[in-house]
Amino acid sequence: MGRYVTLLRMQLRASALLAAQYRWDFLIDGALSLFWAATAVIPLFVVYTEGRASIPGWSFDEAMMVVGWFILVQGVLEGAINPGLAAVVDHIRKGTLDFVLLKPADAQFLVSTSRFQLWRVASLLTALTIFGVVFNRLGRAPALLDIGLSVLLMWVAVLTLYSMWILIISAAFYVVKIDNLNYLFTSIFDAGRWPISVFKGGLRLLFTFVVPLALMTTFPAEALLGRMGSSTLAISVSAALVFATASRWVWRKSLRHYTSASS
Amino acid sequence: MSAVGRTLRALPTMMKIGVSEAIAYRAEMLVWVLSTTMPFINMALWSAVSAYTPVTTAQGRTYGSADFVTYFLCAFIVRQIVSSWASWEINWEVRSGALSMRLLRPMHPIVVYGSGNLAALPMRLLVTFPVVVLLFITGAFAKLPNTASLWALWLLSMFGGWLVTFFINIAIGSLSLFMDSSIKVMDVWLAGFFVFSGYSFPLAIAPSWLSTVAHYMPYRYQFGLPLEMMTGAHDLASALPLLATQWGWVTATGVLAVALWTFGVRRFQAFGG
Repeated sequence: MGRYVTLLRMQLRASALLAAQYRWDFLIDGALSLFWAATAVIPLFVVYTEGRASIPGWSFDEAMMVVGWFILVQGVLEGAINPGLAAVVDHIRKGTLDFVLLKPADAQFLVSTSRFQLWRVASLLTALTIFGVVFNRLGRAPALLDIGLSVLLMWVAVLTLYSMWILIISAAFYVVKIDNLNYLFTSIFDAGRWPISVFKGGLRLLFTFVVPLALMTTFPAEALLGRMGSSTLAISVSAALVFATASRWVWRKSLRHYTSASS
Repeated sequence: MSAVGRTLRALPTMMKIGVSEAIAYRAEMLVWVLSTTMPFINMALWSAVSAYTPVTTAQGRTYGSADFVTYFLCAFIVRQIVSSWASWEINWEVRSGALSMRLLRPMHPIVVYGSGNLAALPMRLLVTFPVVVLLFITGAFAKLPNTASLWALWLLSMFGGWLVTFFINIAIGSLSLFMDSSIKVMDVWLAGFFVFSGYSFPLAIAPSWLSTVAHYMPYRYQFGLPLEMMTGAHDLASALPLLATQWGWVTATGVLAVALWTFGVRRFQAFGG
């Protein structure tokens, strides 16, 4: 365990060095992410324009909270999960995954931590600012327990998202060319900026159980607002564990399918 | 033979190659198409919103659930047709040096990019077919324009919208000849597209400041106008001035694209850009 902590620290250091080397890129990307955040918020203004009470059960400020979580989780996805795992597809195609497999540490751990986009920290700061503004407008502070719960749910969200990525990446062992599955997933993930109660019927089932966006943005927002039921919490935690176990199993099974170059 | 004559003679062959390419990479294209499903998400969102509270435009027109279904089904169709990926192609070719091959051909590269993008249309139209069927099933078809002249103008607005999209792609792609990569510039452009084009919501229901800003930007003429015309938002009298503005944008972005390309390509050194 201690060895993996050291490894993680070294991988982070490598990413930090890379960011320091291209520091203009780092600053521009950070500034751009503020711009993204602004464009992520505008549709919400349109929905709630002229005081429409638009989404059942969600006031403007509460819906803004979901957008905040969306920006945060998107930051984690594109800053910590996507960069490392996207490289795996390349490794598989070129056969260079051999070099990872030869190292005396768990391959999944190594590829998952191989690359971080540190400027994505800007997304976290943006999200925290949004939370601050929302609570300021609501005229109250979040309860300590609610903060704790939402932090727990953040990890649930990250674990679920990570597991889904592992599942997608595992497909590369079989079909090789899956670059644009990235885009597909990112575009589906985009629906996560809206509270789940917006969606009805099939879409709601899809976003709750198959691609559990509800678990990633709506539930943490509800937790922070202090209105999460204990059953939702239990379901979220167990869903994340199921996803994590399944993805680990699929990864190991897919790895056995790997036959080096031109597999 | 003049350059124009040569280009015209080669064009059918170029189109044939493009169509074959589109068919060869059909699986990849299908995933691309699926990643433009945002109109369906927005359809669900706005239908839910309008079921809960009336959504009215500044002119007092009420948008019901059925209106949003029509709008976003048509949005999907327009998005499939009015699309270009030349910017990504140019970026990749500049970086890898593959642009040299293109420059050797006896045709202007902008024409080649354009014919490649247009040649994907048959496959893309095929993809929109189920959505057209949906338009019939949901009864949304009755809301579309019912005169031939409006449909003719719609075709003109679609072509204009495609040209603006294509020229912007060439212009931003050409920037990669001046800087390392212009993919980020394209990302910024797209972020504006999502807000100001009418892709995420009809501009008619946006707050007045937003629709005013959108009026002076190219995005609406790239995407929103063909969509508005398809959903019957304009009659002849209101459509014509908008079309004139659109073709103004076509000219402006065309000049910009050709200028950036011409100056940029002189800097090209065949490897590493």
